[in-house]
Amino acid sequence: MNKPIPPPEFDYGPLYAPQKKVYPQKVSGTFRRIKWGLMLVCLCIYYFLPFVRWDRGPGAPNQAVLVDIANGRFYFFFIELWPQEVYIFTGLLILAALTLFLMNAVGGRLWCGYLCPQTVWTDLFFAVERLIEGDRRERIRKNAIKGITIERIVELTLKHSIWLLIAWWTGGAWVLYFNDAPTLVTQLVTFQAPKIAYIWIAILTATTYVLAGWMREQVCLYMCPWPRIQAALTDEWALNVTYRHDRGEQRTSLKKSVELRAAGNPAGDCIDCYQCVHVCPVGIDIRDGLQMDCIQCGLCIDACDSVMQKVGRPTRLIAYDTDVNIERRQAGLANIYRIVRPRTIVYVVMIILVGCTMLYALATRAMLDINVLHDRNPVAVRLSDGSIRNAYTVRLLNKRDERAVKLDVEGLPQATVHVVGQDAAAVGPSHIVVGRDRTTELRLLVTAPASAAGSTLLTVRVTDVASGETATAADNFVMP
Amino acid sequence: MSDHHEERDHATGTATTGHSWDGIKELNTPLPRWWVWTFYLTIIWAVGYWVVYPSWPLAAGYAKGVIGYSSRADLGAELANLGKIRGDKMAALGNASLADIEKDPALLGLARAMGKTVFGDNCAPCHGTGAAGSSGYPNLNDDDWLWGGSLDQIEKTIKFGTRSGHAEAHDGVMLAFGRDGILKKPEIETAANYVRALAGLSTTKGYDAEAGKKIFAENCAACHGDAGRGNPEMGAPNLTDGIWLYGSDHAAIVATITNGRAGVMPAWTGRLDATTIKALTVYVHALGGGQ
Repeated sequence: MNKPIPPPEFDYGPLYAPQKKVYPQKVSGTFRRIKWGLMLVCLCIYYFLPFVRWDRGPGAPNQAVLVDIANGRFYFFFIELWPQEVYIFTGLLILAALTLFLMNAVGGRLWCGYLCPQTVWTDLFFAVERLIEGDRRERIRKNAIKGITIERIVELTLKHSIWLLIAWWTGGAWVLYFNDAPTLVTQLVTFQAPKIAYIWIAILTATTYVLAGWMREQVCLYMCPWPRIQAALTDEWALNVTYRHDRGEQRTSLKKSVELRAAGNPAGDCIDCYQCVHVCPVGIDIRDGLQMDCIQCGLCIDACDSVMQKVGRPTRLIAYDTDVNIERRQAGLANIYRIVRPRTIVYVVMIILVGCTMLYALATRAMLDINVLHDRNPVAVRLSDGSIRNAYTVRLLNKRDERAVKLDVEGLPQATVHVVGQDAAAVGPSHIVVGRDRTTELRLLVTAPASAAGSTLLTVRVTDVASGETATAADNFVMP
Repeated sequence: MSDHHEERDHATGTATTGHSWDGIKELNTPLPRWWVWTFYLTIIWAVGYWVVYPSWPLAAGYAKGVIGYSSRADLGAELANLGKIRGDKMAALGNASLADIEKDPALLGLARAMGKTVFGDNCAPCHGTGAAGSSGYPNLNDDDWLWGGSLDQIEKTIKFGTRSGHAEAHDGVMLAFGRDGILKKPEIETAANYVRALAGLSTTKGYDAEAGKKIFAENCAACHGDAGRGNPEMGAPNLTDGIWLYGSDHAAIVATITNGRAGVMPAWTGRLDATTIKALTVYVHALGGGQ
């Protein structure tokens, strides 16, 4: 009778978590259409932007968006940035983060669901997979078959070939941002392009193929920090893709719910058909509530809506909704939405502030600039007549067309100023020509009669001879 | 102690590893499979790296790796390539005259950049990295030149040196008036005072200026000139200015007159090629003292 219970086996659990295979089902509806549209926009921008031209005059690249690493310049339409202006990118990153926060406060993971490259490319790869291998049921059936057939080999070869082709095109578009696109395309197809271009294409091909074809939701789940940050930033007023459990529970099959309702008993609208789960690209059940894995792409809304229409119940059982409204409905109150609230106001104000600061910095940055570096060894030189000379390395920066400038030194009236090489080249007044979009290094010698030891502050001024634009730099004249 | 069966944590529903420390049980949250495989791949990569690249130190030398990579060979190849890239510019520098180089901002910039490096490699041990010199080694920033400060004179000095043994080297010497018995000690003292007076420096009380003038005219003026302004043809320094290679105090001047001076600068022709010497000349000239 009483058999002794055998001591349980010790179970350490699995050593690793196997990837759950996700077979998202085809779906159509509002959000699917929005996603197709945004995917098209994003991909077109990415693939074709390098070919957009922007005239900057002779001698300058005419590519609208170009990262010119060799010459240390970044071009973005009318903006041209020098390496020392990278701080503008810091502003851009802050702006991007704030925009992400604002999106999150308004509509949850809008970025993740619609715009993130990982989502866009994965969605594209899913579409290819579906086109070749068939929809969810087909793919599950085919994957379950043991052994391999000729058709299956053809299918898989075709799928991976198209994936690789897309991935290769993605890598190919990437390198176009770093060199003149039409030239590079010609070089690439004639195998004349620099080796580094091919290496980067190979790298981007590999990452696109692996991340969008194989890793998919694993990237969002394990590699991306945003889902974890997002969970901490959301609040009860934020619209998130939500299963309205107040309406859906108690889940019951369609037939049983009709019976229950006929008998006057409550039954939820959810008929437990699992369509929301089947269409989910990350393979979760939205009915478990807001969760880190959910990228909030809205496809479950489309799936549920089509089912609700078929069974004659109101749509949007799954919808963009807030925690506040779920509680209010349960309390018998009407929905309220509050897009404008302290959180969103703060984000908008911060975005405006940072944006304006950046615009101001960009608009007022110097187009003519000067850096002065005092010789450190020797700091001062005694000349044979007893006077003292200090030498400086001057670097002039010209962000516009070629122009003639002159150098003046202010602060030491009795000093004589000499720029090495200028007297020898004297043609008319001693003007220094600085090339378009270039810097020029000069050696500046300042000589003054000996006086009491100490330092005098000098101002070195560069003046555009034609426009009168000036820039100054301060340094010391040292009397030993 | 651990419980010998699988159990789930109440709060999270996650399986535990069964291990318990101070009553706290460790949750089992395993890594994804691809992560584990990536980790194994890095280990395989590391082993492959040992085989392909230089890695392990051995008792004598090191494991060189099958492809025989060496960063030194890499550097050699890069330097050779650099020479190729610079080819045209170096040719332009080599063909231009010294005066033309100073007139052309591009060539001047190139010569100064190149000269600075060459100076640091070859000249800095004596003249200092900033060419400020030190006792016995002239400051090249100032306008006082023993052998002349024009472009051509500077180039000649760099090429052949001073008392370097090269046939065309500068070879004037300051005689050892005291050691060789030409002047007696009191005469040297007088001469030193006279020289200091020439430069406007203080003199010993009660020194005989007339005697000093006579000694100077008989012994020194041949090279330094009647007024003591020196002569770049002979490398004789100007004694009336504020710049003193070996110091201007009385004792230093007495030492100079007694033992003479004959500093040596090596000849650089044969060690540096003509273009490099040109760049070096322009660099030194452009330090500020060039005439």
